[in-house]
Amino acid sequence: MTYELPPLPYAKNALAPHLSEETLNFHYEKHHRGYVNKLNQLAAEKPAWAGKSYEELIKTESGVVFNQAAQIWNHTFYWKSLSPNGGGAPTGKVAELINEAFGSFDAFKEKFSAAASGHFGSGWAWLVRDDNNKLQIVSTHDAGNPIKDGHIPVLTCDVWEHAYYIDFRNDRPKYIATWWNLVNWEFANSNLNQQRSFL
Amino acid sequence: VSTQSTGPLHGYHTMFAIARSALRAPVRRTFAASASASVHTLPDLPYDYNALEPHISAEIMTLHHKKHHQTYVTGLNAAEEAYVKAPTPKERIALQAAVKFNGGGHINHSLFWKNLAPTGSPETKLSGGEFKEAIEKAFGSVDAFKKELNTKTAAIQGSGWGWLGYNKATKSLEIVTTANQDPLLSHVPIIGIDIWEHAFYLQYKNVKPDYLNAIWNVLNFKEAAARYKEARSSS
Repeated sequence: MTYELPPLPYAKNALAPHLSEETLNFHYEKHHRGYVNKLNQLAAEKPAWAGKSYEELIKTESGVVFNQAAQIWNHTFYWKSLSPNGGGAPTGKVAELINEAFGSFDAFKEKFSAAASGHFGSGWAWLVRDDNNKLQIVSTHDAGNPIKDGHIPVLTCDVWEHAYYIDFRNDRPKYIATWWNLVNWEFANSNLNQQRSFL
Repeated sequence: VSTQSTGPLHGYHTMFAIARSALRAPVRRTFAASASASVHTLPDLPYDYNALEPHISAEIMTLHHKKHHQTYVTGLNAAEEAYVKAPTPKERIALQAAVKFNGGGHINHSLFWKNLAPTGSPETKLSGGEFKEAIEKAFGSVDAFKKELNTKTAAIQGSGWGWLGYNKATKSLEIVTTANQDPLLSHVPIIGIDIWEHAFYLQYKNVKPDYLNAIWNVLNFKEAAARYKEARSSS
């Protein structure tokens, strides 16, 4: 079994002018695809775990195998967390839950932005929930994925430098501000009340 | 690579010691009895921003020095100021991550600018002598050394640094890596290579090996030899 790169949910220029076509080209075709290629390489050398789902590999593996599997999963979830029709205030169930957990959308926005821009080094900022739909903001380092800790992801923002350097250079806060113009509330809502297999 | 020897504060104080020697920051005495935070400043680049072209672009050098390194300096000053004023251990502990991150960033980048030199300059030649012999002894050949340093640096998952370091205990040169902006504490830094994406992305994108090959044209072996000599004499 070979692992395959899931298709991008939209055209490479669909997130412009917020995120450029150039960024999506490199981020998807080089970084995301690179993790898939590497995982397949490793699977060919050590077929013992090959064929396992990304979630299984994330939960059971460590080191270089974990890094590839987690980064494949993380990036797929990231593309879905963005939408050409995204942005604005949350709607639906997630809006309710945000108010419950954080008081208001603005308060949530401030906390999430702080977590994303303040993360030291490479990693991800996540909105996650527990089994009772209580929301929380967590950040993970490098390839870290919150399902390993038993959280259920709702949204993510990639804060590795490759995610924003072409469009924003060192200005990570500006990139985070842009992320809010693309955030996919529909996807967030679809991640509520689901138990497994978010992809 | 372990960077801590004894106890939770040891590495922290060692880092401060390295910061003081590597950066020679002036200590300003204030009127407050216990406040003696140093004010760190961005060191000047020893060469023009375009001096490492075509291997490292002027755009990268400018952003790297004026934005990234400056941010670590600003962040370190803020973190140290807050730390000195923090009234309880708990509050000081909460600030340690910021001190380590920004302090490490300042230390690492200060070392980095010095272990690079303009394209074609004599400092970029690894000439025969004690240092070159030590490399050949430790790695077999200069090529083998280059290969090992590049391979281990490229293998870092996430952000970090690849180092040629001098192990004082074993009196040997070794390749070590550090994560994020952790300063190198286990060895004396001889050559550092920044593998954070900001160090190469605009020019090399995801192709780390190309950056790692290119940087060998602008490594300052004269500085490295001097660091090695000092490390040997102070063992």
